[in-house]
Amino acid sequence: MANMAQAIRMALHYAEEHLGVTDIFGEDVGAPLGGVFTCTQGLKTTWNSPLDERGIIGAAMGIAMAGGRPVAEIQFCDYVYNTIDLLKLAGNTSWSTFGDWNLPMVVRTPVGSGIRGSIYHSHSFDATMTHIAGWKVVMPSTPLDAYGLLITACQEKNPVMFLEPKALLRVKGEERIPGEPDDERALSKLIDAPLGDRSQWKPQWPAGLEAYAVPFGKGKIVREGTQLTVVSYGRTLPLCAKAAETLAADGISAEVIDLRSLWPYDWELIKASVQKTGRVLFVNEDTEVTNFGEHLVRRTVEELFYSLLAPPRLLAGKFLPGIGLADALEMASVPQLGDITTAIRSLAGEQP
Amino acid sequence: MSRPRLIKESSEASAPLERELLVRIHDLMVKTRVLEERLIQMYKQGHGYFWIGGPGEEAFNVSLGLLMKKGQGPDFDYLHAHYRQSGTLLALGEEPIGSLRQMKNTATDPYSGGRNFAGHYSARKYNVAPVSSPIEVQYAIAPGTAMVQKRHGGDGITIVTGGDAGTAEGDFASCLVWSSRPANPLPILIIVTNNKWGISTAAEGQHGEQRISDRGKAFGIRSKTINGNDAVEAYTELREAMAYVRTERKPFLLEANVSRLYGHSSASGANYVGNEVDCLKDFEAKLEKDGVLTREQMDALRNNYTEEMAAAARLVRDEPQPDPESIWKHIYAEDK
Repeated sequence: MANMAQAIRMALHYAEEHLGVTDIFGEDVGAPLGGVFTCTQGLKTTWNSPLDERGIIGAAMGIAMAGGRPVAEIQFCDYVYNTIDLLKLAGNTSWSTFGDWNLPMVVRTPVGSGIRGSIYHSHSFDATMTHIAGWKVVMPSTPLDAYGLLITACQEKNPVMFLEPKALLRVKGEERIPGEPDDERALSKLIDAPLGDRSQWKPQWPAGLEAYAVPFGKGKIVREGTQLTVVSYGRTLPLCAKAAETLAADGISAEVIDLRSLWPYDWELIKASVQKTGRVLFVNEDTEVTNFGEHLVRRTVEELFYSLLAPPRLLAGKFLPGIGLADALEMASVPQLGDITTAIRSLAGEQP
Repeated sequence: MSRPRLIKESSEASAPLERELLVRIHDLMVKTRVLEERLIQMYKQGHGYFWIGGPGEEAFNVSLGLLMKKGQGPDFDYLHAHYRQSGTLLALGEEPIGSLRQMKNTATDPYSGGRNFAGHYSARKYNVAPVSSPIEVQYAIAPGTAMVQKRHGGDGITIVTGGDAGTAEGDFASCLVWSSRPANPLPILIIVTNNKWGISTAAEGQHGEQRISDRGKAFGIRSKTINGNDAVEAYTELREAMAYVRTERKPFLLEANVSRLYGHSSASGANYVGNEVDCLKDFEAKLEKDGVLTREQMDALRNNYTEEMAAAARLVRDEPQPDPESIWKHIYAEDK
């Protein structure tokens, strides 16, 4: 099965061929590297930009204005912060012009911890991005969802922020992307660039790739349960699923929801689950102060208060200026499997 | 698509302008000046919250609008403007009442539906990208439209304008870098209108370069500094620069020295500044001296526009404000 980087690459190939994507660009996105995480290897519309994040976001806006369909990459989300006013501008362009202009553009950027990236390659961006109105914001946790969300992103008329959990980019999926070969080694041979000289290399794209699209605003239940609800996305989602599986042996039945889309998000799915279980834990790894999960807690309190058997909880990254390089520092800074297991166990045991 | 080439480009640039064109430029300059003065008056009467505009830049801005290839899509010129360019919009064919509506933030404001400041235009039908209050962001965006135009073919170009103070922002450097990449030089006319001020801060205390246009040299970008207060010079130099960008498909950096006749904005009082060159007065003296127009004709024109704007302002005063529920419209693009 494809990993997420391969899934992204295949989706972009499909989008170039069928959805009108005209420019896939950013620092090192084109040949010879094809992206520092290899997500853009072998694609036909890729090109390398200057080392200038503001230029990248600005160019994407201009290309979108003139009828192109750009997919821009910011190499690490830690470097997208100096483009914040441009992101705000892209988000308000339709509104401020009373619908005169719209920007069909996608920005992809790797987020979060998990590769020992230290202070400048480990940050999250979901809290900041969900604060900027006018964008759609998604974060997959599986290769298939990455493929499907990116297909939808490339059909959008609005700016889309596609957050890639970098810890999951190399994790193979359990579901097959429609059209990918059954044999993962065969897939690698077809679409992974060789090490060394790549000047003569061309990918052989699987012929049967399909327009499999995951709609924005639709989460999914990855594990059904009755006693409590866990809502997560990105790197922490598979950890939540694993914790739930482990705790099932102890008689704790946790329902796990992968939100997938952060804006718009699937409130109906969360609501139905919380009304069933009466307990909810939101998990992500962005810093905990002014966290997107806090918005979800607030909404849960306001709308579902009388369905609750325990206070809704948030498990998030510590409120720190960065993440240290040492293994122990990274592990202590953002939620790990043990933290999630403990939090679920504690919430399940709380009695009104 | 083949690239059209202008014959005898340089002699065209220096050719004297036809009487009809001079009269047209003058008409639009007067119309623009009267519009801006009406906007200032509306602001001072409490019919708006903020004024910012470009009295003093009419000679340059009107010429720019007249020279643009007007239309929608990459075959036509894109304009990434700043907030002192009502003259350019009027020259493109916009009616002044739109600006008055934006000042009064009525539901009928054609540029933002009552959401944005004066002088913040958006006109997709003319490829005028939305004007934004953060200065100089347009310099980072403009290379994108130019890239699409280069690939598209034809002779459409991208024009980006901004002020001298904002060239200190990184976006200006981004524009120079992205426009002159050896991998893909772009058909973009990069304009700086230099009024020598950033709100209350004099350029001489902040900018070490002799001319802003000199910054183009480091990137191999053809560049020039002109007197933007001279309507004939502004028109002919713009025409030459645009012809170069149109045919060569390469960038050009044009610095135009202009005046700021009413200060930065309403934030600095919006009162007439007496010690700046007035491009309209100078142009009218020239037109009178050359026998193109009489003083009486020019006075009559100004009076007509003054009455026209006053009538428009009265009309706008009675138009409805936006419905509060309209805040939810157009957050996202809708199917049209």
